[in-house]
Amino acid sequence: MAELTYREAVAEAIAQEMERDENVVFLGEDIGKAGGVFKATVGLFDKFGPERVRDTPIAEQAILGAAMGAAMTGLRPVAEIMFSDFFAVCWDIVANQIAKTRYMTDGQVTMPLVIRTANGGGVRFGAQHSQAVENWAMMIPGLKVIAPSSPADVKGLLAASIRDEDPVIFFEQKSLYAEKGEVPDGEHIEELGTAKVVRPGDDAVIYALAAMVPRAVKAAERLQAEDGINVSVVDVRSLVPLDTQTIFDEFRKSGRAFTVEENPRLCGWGAEISSLITEECFWDMDLPVTRITTPHIPLPASDNLEDAALPSVDRIYNTVREGLD
Amino acid sequence: MATTAKTKPGKRAAKPKATAEELNHFYREMLMIRRFEEKAGQLYGMGLIQGFCHLYIGQEAVIVGMQAAADTEKDSVVTSYRDHGHMLACGMDPKGVMAELTGRASGYSRGKGGSMHMFSREKRFFGGHGIVAAQVPIGTGLAFAHRYKEDGGVCMTYYGDGAANQGQVFESFNMAALWKLPVVYVLENNRYGMGTSVARAAANQELYKRGTAFGIPGEEVDGMDVVAVRDAAKKALDSVRSGKGPQILGMLTYRYRGHSMSDPAKYRTREEVSKVRAEQDPIDRVRNMLMEHDYATEDQLKKVDAEIKAIVTEAAEFAQQSPEPDPSELYTDILIET
Ligand SMILES: Cc1ncc(C[n+]2csc(CCOP(=O)(O)OP(=O)(O)O)c2C)c(N)n1
Ligand SMILES: [Mg+2]
Repeated sequence: MAELTYREAVAEAIAQEMERDENVVFLGEDIGKAGGVFKATVGLFDKFGPERVRDTPIAEQAILGAAMGAAMTGLRPVAEIMFSDFFAVCWDIVANQIAKTRYMTDGQVTMPLVIRTANGGGVRFGAQHSQAVENWAMMIPGLKVIAPSSPADVKGLLAASIRDEDPVIFFEQKSLYAEKGEVPDGEHIEELGTAKVVRPGDDAVIYALAAMVPRAVKAAERLQAEDGINVSVVDVRSLVPLDTQTIFDEFRKSGRAFTVEENPRLCGWGAEISSLITEECFWDMDLPVTRITTPHIPLPASDNLEDAALPSVDRIYNTVREGLD
Repeated sequence: MATTAKTKPGKRAAKPKATAEELNHFYREMLMIRRFEEKAGQLYGMGLIQGFCHLYIGQEAVIVGMQAAADTEKDSVVTSYRDHGHMLACGMDPKGVMAELTGRASGYSRGKGGSMHMFSREKRFFGGHGIVAAQVPIGTGLAFAHRYKEDGGVCMTYYGDGAANQGQVFESFNMAALWKLPVVYVLENNRYGMGTSVARAAANQELYKRGTAFGIPGEEVDGMDVVAVRDAAKKALDSVRSGKGPQILGMLTYRYRGHSMSDPAKYRTREEVSKVRAEQDPIDRVRNMLMEHDYATEDQLKKVDAEIKAIVTEAAEFAQQSPEPDPSELYTDILIET
């Protein structure tokens, strides 16, 4: 085990896979020489050289289109979209091209590529650089969607994404880049499509993703300490495929569920989980599923407003406590 | 060709192509931007400004020269996130700009926009855009409206050397040329897009020629020389205003500071930066002209410095004393409230 930051785990995963498979190439804006704007890809350019680690012009459509074309004959490109907000600039390539190629070619052409992107708020970047857009990707059939919350998961899930035959949208959380955690030494690989129970409990369950996971855990610890309420926390990690087995198993322990979502409320992933629980676990339900989300608003730049918008430990704690009252 | 030497030996250089009054005006405007940006940098260092903050220091001659040629009653401006200088030159209030930087209720967007997103319809300044190159088609649309309303205005659309590589720039060029829209595309080539030099990003570095395929004339301009900018702007604006279609002005300029505030700037040498500062600084150049031609005295310039300092200090104090936006602001201006 080594202690790594979330950002170091990104570079480790890519390096691990590039060493293993020479078909893996990496491209994006300022990812090479500069080591990435979030310093998540430091060292890769020096290690693997400019043929495999390519700094691109600022041209997201061309970046993703090129990644797709390269993937069509078996390269395994990793492309970076610097901020997930910029997906809107190149969404055609993602939604109409990459996601539908396997289907339209009758399986002749697969898309073994990964698009990494920095997602989410909390860093005062304002309305065009702070969005949590994992639900944009989740809505498109033909994409896998991953959003890790810890350095170990970054390494294991990113490596698994690179090895996967299907296109994976890999959401890194920009407010977590500096977070540290234990990461297994040597080759580390996790399974896509698996959720993780990060804290056991049988009074209620909180489903959370990415930056909301540590907040949910803190709220759960407070509920335990101050109210004797024992709440389980599930890190959903993989939105597509969704690990309904773990989600339902955990739900059935208490029949009470909360989701904590950074995305604006309408059509957030929690709505899907809520709907699935209602359909599949109706007779085990003790309470309606309660969603704790950012309101349906663009994110403000001002710190006090941004803090008020995103689900906080206090808000999670209060909502769960009142919900269970 | 033989010339009759009109200047006394060892004395004045060629007479500037601007009047004393104009040069004094340029000096004041550029210094205003510089001091404002320096203050913004300080407030950032103190944690009073958070998130992004893209300073315009070094590039002041571009916006000041352009605005000097513009019809400020009619023309519109749109730019990227590196927008503080543009706003000041468009006549927006330094207090409101600084208060937006500190995320306060009295800022131009009530703290919700931040450094990258401010607007003033009154001054026809239309942002303040964070998506690289998005302002280029938007500026094309502003020009469409100028034409449609026949209001005689021209839209000055600013974009960077990095933005020049985005597809939507070319789509806009084609449309603007096809419809002969009144737009001047002002390329602020400061040699870098974040950490990537023009040489590493552009197959052909003569970015001002990129309208050629659409029949859009492009001119390269010394963007560190405010008079050259003003003159090029005048020519371009006259032509565009008369209905001859869009033009590109390729300003060769330089940003002294990092891309944003957390930029280790390993992509260039310190010597490169200090050489530009020493040899091409747009404010020093005008200051020298003013002194050399007795267009201003040391004392007069000191007075200008002091006045600007006072304005900037006042803006910073205002920005720190303004209240934070009320939490209810989270829900305003999302859709029109009924
Ligand atoms: C569509 C998009 N891609 C990438 C970015 C990230 N980004 C912000 S500024 C910038 C560099 C732009 O350089 P340039 O156009 O030269 O403008 P400058 O910053 O030099 O003024 C990049 C890559 C962005 N904001 N939007
Ligand atoms: Mg630039």
